Amino acid sequence: MSSNSFSYNEQSGGGEATELGQEATSTISPSGAFGLFSSDLKKNEDLKQMLESNKDSAKLDAMKRIVGMIAKGKNASELFPAVVKNVASKNIEIKKLVYVYLVRYAEEQQDLALLSISTFQRALKDPNQLIRASALRVLSSIRVPIIVPIMMLAIKEASADLSPYVRKNAAHAIQKLYSLDPEQKEMLIEVIEKLLKDKSTLVAGSVVMAFEEVCPDRIDLIHKNYRKLCNLLVDVEEWGQVVIIHMLTRYARTQFVSPWKEGDELEDNGKNFYESDDDQKEKTDKRKKPYTMDPDHRLLIRNTKPLLQSRNAAVVMAVAQLYWHISPKSEAGIISKSLVRLLRSNREVQYIVLQNIATMSIQRKGMFEPYLKSFYVRSTDPTMIKTLKLEILTNLANEANISILLREFQTYVKSQDKQFAAATIQTIGRCATNILEVTDTCLNGLVCLLSNRDEIVVAESVVVIKKLLQMQPAQHGEIIKHMAKLLDSITVPVARASILWLIGENCERVPKIAPDVLRKMAKSFTSEDDLVKLQILNLGAKLYLTNSKQTKLLTQYILNLGKYDQNYDIRDRTRFIRQLIVPNEKSGALSKYAKKIFLAQKPAPLLESPFKDRDHFQLGTLSHTLNIKATGYLELSNWPEVAPDPSVRNVEVIELAKEWTPAGKAKQENSAKKLYSESEEEEDSSDSSSDSESESGSESVEQGESGEEGDSNEDSSEDSSSEQDSESERESGLENKRTAKRNSKAKGKSDSEDGEKENEKSKTSRSSNDESSSIEDSSSDSESESEPESESESRRVTKEKEKKTKQDRTPLTKDVSLLDLDDFNPVSTPVALPTPALSPSLMADLEGLNLSTSSSVISVSTPAFVPTKTHVLLHRMSGKGLAAHYFFPRQPCIFGDKMVSIQITLNNTTDRKIENIHIGEKKLPIGMKMHVFNPIDSLEPEGSITVSMGIDFCDSTQTASFQLCTKDDCFSVNIQPPVGELLLPVAMSEKDFKKEQGVLTGMNETSAVIIAAPQNFTPSVIFQKVVNVANVGAVPSGQDNVHRFAAKTVHSGSLMLVTVELKEGSTAQLIINTEKTVIGSVLLRELKPVLSQG
Amino acid sequence: MIHSLFLINSSGDIFLEKHWKSVVSRSVCDYFFEAQERATEAENVPPVIPTPHHYLLSVYRHKIFFVAVIQTEVPPLFVIEFLHRVVDTFQDYFGVCSEPVIKDNVVVVYEVLEEMLDNGFPLATESNILKELIKPPTILRTVVNTITGSTNVGDQLPTGQLSVVPWRRTGVKYTNNEAYFDVIEEIDAIIDKSGSTITAEIQGVIDACVKLTGMPDLTLSFMNPRLLDDVSFHPCVRFKRWESERILSFIPPDGNFRLLSYHVSAQNLVAIPVYVKHNISFRDSSSHGRFEITVGPKQTMGKTIEGVTVTSQMPKGVLNMSLTPSQGTHTFDPVTKMLSWDVGKINPQKLPSLKGTMSLQAGASKPDENPTINLQFKIQQLAISAQAPADDAHQSHAAIVQTHQGASRIALQRR
Repeated sequence: MSSNSFSYNEQSGGGEATELGQEATSTISPSGAFGLFSSDLKKNEDLKQMLESNKDSAKLDAMKRIVGMIAKGKNASELFPAVVKNVASKNIEIKKLVYVYLVRYAEEQQDLALLSISTFQRALKDPNQLIRASALRVLSSIRVPIIVPIMMLAIKEASADLSPYVRKNAAHAIQKLYSLDPEQKEMLIEVIEKLLKDKSTLVAGSVVMAFEEVCPDRIDLIHKNYRKLCNLLVDVEEWGQVVIIHMLTRYARTQFVSPWKEGDELEDNGKNFYESDDDQKEKTDKRKKPYTMDPDHRLLIRNTKPLLQSRNAAVVMAVAQLYWHISPKSEAGIISKSLVRLLRSNREVQYIVLQNIATMSIQRKGMFEPYLKSFYVRSTDPTMIKTLKLEILTNLANEANISILLREFQTYVKSQDKQFAAATIQTIGRCATNILEVTDTCLNGLVCLLSNRDEIVVAESVVVIKKLLQMQPAQHGEIIKHMAKLLDSITVPVARASILWLIGENCERVPKIAPDVLRKMAKSFTSEDDLVKLQILNLGAKLYLTNSKQTKLLTQYILNLGKYDQNYDIRDRTRFIRQLIVPNEKSGALSKYAKKIFLAQKPAPLLESPFKDRDHFQLGTLSHTLNIKATGYLELSNWPEVAPDPSVRNVEVIELAKEWTPAGKAKQENSAKKLYSESEEEEDSSDSSSDSESESGSESVEQGESGEEGDSNEDSSEDSSSEQDSESERESGLENKRTAKRNSKAKGKSDSEDGEKENEKSKTSRSSNDESSSIEDSSSDSESESEPESESESRRVTKEKEKKTKQDRTPLTKDVSLLDLDDFNPVSTPVALPTPALSPSLMADLEGLNLSTSSSVISVSTPAFVPTKTHVLLHRMSGKGLAAHYFFPRQPCIFGDKMVSIQITLNNTTDRKIENIHIGEKKLPIGMKMHVFNPIDSLEPEGSITVSMGIDFCDSTQTASFQLCTKDDCFSVNIQPPVGELLLPVAMSEKDFKKEQGVLTGMNETSAVIIAAPQNFTPSVIFQKVVNVANVGAVPSGQDNVHRFAAKTVHSGSLMLVTVELKEGSTAQLIINTEKTVIGSVLLRELKPVLSQG
Repeated sequence: MIHSLFLINSSGDIFLEKHWKSVVSRSVCDYFFEAQERATEAENVPPVIPTPHHYLLSVYRHKIFFVAVIQTEVPPLFVIEFLHRVVDTFQDYFGVCSEPVIKDNVVVVYEVLEEMLDNGFPLATESNILKELIKPPTILRTVVNTITGSTNVGDQLPTGQLSVVPWRRTGVKYTNNEAYFDVIEEIDAIIDKSGSTITAEIQGVIDACVKLTGMPDLTLSFMNPRLLDDVSFHPCVRFKRWESERILSFIPPDGNFRLLSYHVSAQNLVAIPVYVKHNISFRDSSSHGRFEITVGPKQTMGKTIEGVTVTSQMPKGVLNMSLTPSQGTHTFDPVTKMLSWDVGKINPQKLPSLKGTMSLQAGASKPDENPTINLQFKIQQLAISAQAPADDAHQSHAAIVQTHQGASRIALQRR
């Protein structure tokens, strides 16, 4: 009893409440049998009294205590009548707490709950939007079926409310009503349809959520709102972004054709393998038509990209899965960096992200290879994170990095977390089977582990070795002998069983040992684990068949033991084996084949990733995480063969005009919004009919608009030409304003746009005269922005005239696709090939731009490989005990854009301190610059230190000479860079590569023929050799026989394109295209011998 | 979306439950307890647990499990990220997020949770808005409330939720307008036995404290924006401006917030400012081992290294350790085998060291590996990503985490 009241005291929320609680306790007189019961009653009585008092403070205290009870999961339902009376309280906090109570218990006390409804109905009409919103929120949270009609009415009204906040709450209420009464679905869909048209960023996320919950299959509702959603996305709150992105991913998979080219598929390891021939054919058929991405598809991909920088892990993951599922494979690479960044987050976030990376890394190793080291295991990681990281490391292992990985694994095997150590051993086994070059190394390593002290490690090694040996039935007698010896010491059943199985399989290779093992096992049979017993029986059977002379009796003994075993599996097996191998009169035809049955060639087990089969789930979903289809999971459909009509996404102008009717309030809000975000500006301008559109900003919105306009043209082109004219006039007016603004802003850029303009001109002239001249004017004197507009318009026009001008079509589409790209990446060209006219500062600016807008096309990427080769700077003999080595870490130098970073390791080989190591006099050729390291105060005997410095070599292989000084001496040293280190790798697409290569012909091209053995021409060998010599980035190639690499020089940023084209026989053509012909030819000279040697 | 939330302490008691839709019985948590038992350690409890009718998604922070119950497919990160946001909010409100504090403030907690989710979908997660809706408890306010009977609930309706700048409230006024930016960088490095760095990466954040009147629109430019190529922003930062000009342009929230965080993985450039010399030996035959570690500074640009703590998980065979530190205090927990040594500041003239013997389990074979040493420390006024690199350290497989503060690379502009 008293304990009861104490716990009750605890609940009451401190301060004054406690005091009151004590009061309550004192009133309760402990009275035997019904004490417990009465105290409950009393307590509640007490609360009731407080609730009925006149003082707000007493009411508030009572409510606080009640909420405390709810929080603890205690039943407070009998207070319902007393509480519900306070729903109209003037005190906001009491009101809120009553709401909390109401929402919790209304379901249980439906009749009483109705008492409160009128209050909410009144509040729904309140002039204050926040009160309206909260009334709707609570009303819709009360799960009482009888008020469904009231809720429906309230939702309908609220969805037309002037305040976007109320509309947002209406969207939330839709889901609540739907879960309460699914029969309202049709009506609710109408409301959803209406709210989807809403232009407010507040509403977008919530209504899409409602859409997903109520009618995810009504994809047709999205069409008209698709472009708007894409454009609003950046400004929607983060939770809404997640929901919208997931929905749009599904939408895109039903509405657009696949952007994945067949060449890309080859990257997916072995995926093609299982596809039937028909599939292949279909694909090739498709390929015949050149693929052009729907501009809407592009819009989505482009507008989600900035969200990769969101602070919210869920948003980043959502964008990542969108890129994975709908972007062209060449562009998906940009997500890896962001995903790797998430790994610094909390344990739970890491867990989910790593799972998704594991699935991705199976299909596309290349994406995460540069981040290999980010997946190294830390001793502080929880085991589940460790095993996931291991999984990814295994997926990423290849010929180039396996040696580094194996070294890392060695550390893991020694980990104190034995579960993790065991997982590592399995991993080594998988690497050994996947990468044939290291199978023997791994096997040897595992054999060494057999003598490990820890039993779990040994057992796991045995199991893995068994699998490995099974795959390689070569001569491994030694290993088997070694393992046979282990039987004496090892106790883990799985390991013992594995050893026995191995000996049985290879009993003819170890003829002396096998019978002896059987003898030992016969002795210990009765005390073995079931698993081991079965294998003893198998071993016996196999030996009986191959070596019956020595083992006949032993086997029979074992069979007799097995016959009376407690486990029926073992008894069964015994009976089966006896019938099969021991000849007697009853034995049937089968026994003749006993040897074939027992000693058949067994297929090797396939060591596969457990994440292999997860790719059929959409990434980032719960189903993917669990690898089970979760309730409510929506399958991601396959790409349609033919894209559904894209015009459904066009928004009609009439509707737009309606929306333009000015609303004073909306305008006010807009001005606030304008202040903030650019894309929203666009959005608002269409809202409020003001001409603020001239401010311009995101091209994408315009593109969307142009679609609208283009549509209007289409609709009305036949008869109402006047309307069309006025439309285009307006357009041109805006256009001019925009141009003016833009021109003042972007003088520097105009160079780069020249080319595009020309394209555009030619295209506009080609496209028919349907277009009004005003548009043509504006676009030709223009900037790149107007381009998508005329482009999509012309496309539409083309479509209209398709039948007539079929011949025109092909060149047109080609143009469009080219332009698509340019528009996406306006400044990529000048960066790669800076004209001397550009001042360095402008160049730097452009570079900044380049980094952001065009990372998918040409940008500096991380080095594919960092050679560990060091060069001697100062030998210890000549340096009086001070030795110095340097190497090129291939990182962008932090001291300056044009510098090559160099790391110098200084070693003190003397037995005394070397003090004040610094760089003295520099003798640099003209133009060269050098950033020295900070002086080192002292270097201990036997100590070593690594420092880093930067040298700007001016793109030449001239030697940088300088003095390395200590306190007492000065040594002249020099660094001559290998030509390959004067480069920075860039990532570019094959298309761009070819384009750039087309420009750099004639004088800028050098080539050579290489002759070498064919085994030197495998892709991995060529890749390894090239990146070893030069810091270049690989360019994805559609052809097997052509390998492309791209880089730019550090100083001037000139492109350096390397092509290795394999010819018949054992020759290959090595081509280098670059403006810097001197470096080009030096690089050619260095690459040639490397590629030709064995 | 999120159906219910259960808060479970480390001893397995559910001390708070909140339901946003119909009530889910707390017996659903039995599945969670089962998983917890299987996992042995709290941090190994899987974050996602399927049960026949529900899915349990949990985060573990401050020794409390926050278990969300969901019924249908939902991106798991959505829920996990939200739960972390809940914990952050509690921390923001109460200073610490612990079981007693949550129990003491159960009403505020409930009110906050009520505002954060509507029908399981996040509604207001910006702490600026929440604080307008429900005022955080302070000692003064508790006293005032007790006397006057006023409440924690804001009496003015919040307007932030309605604006396009939901993270900033209107009508902010300060007499002294000021803004502070802290650059905090952490290096995370693994160094092998021979002292060579296996991996190292820099994780940096810029935390801001902005106290400016009205609706300030700030721009922030960097000396070397190239380093910031892997960044994530507070929602207030305009993505487009950053993409095109590499300039941060934003209307800041009022008060403290994290403006951006960045990640630099140029591992060759990371200079690790400390080294650890270790001499740990187990002898096969005897039941004693020797233990000695010394910590010393390296490449610190003349800055002091502070707040150094060394932790190391000793092998199971170690029964006890008798050690003497030259400075600071140390503890060894014979149950978890965790050695921790709180060093404090490093004085370059007199390097801190910890020496002594270990008593090993008799008869047990010697551990096959030296234990991992974790080292954490702080250096004020130093940003590692912009400084000259150098690294060298002699220690076993260890992770180093460090914090730097400095505001050197920032130029602030006020418009």
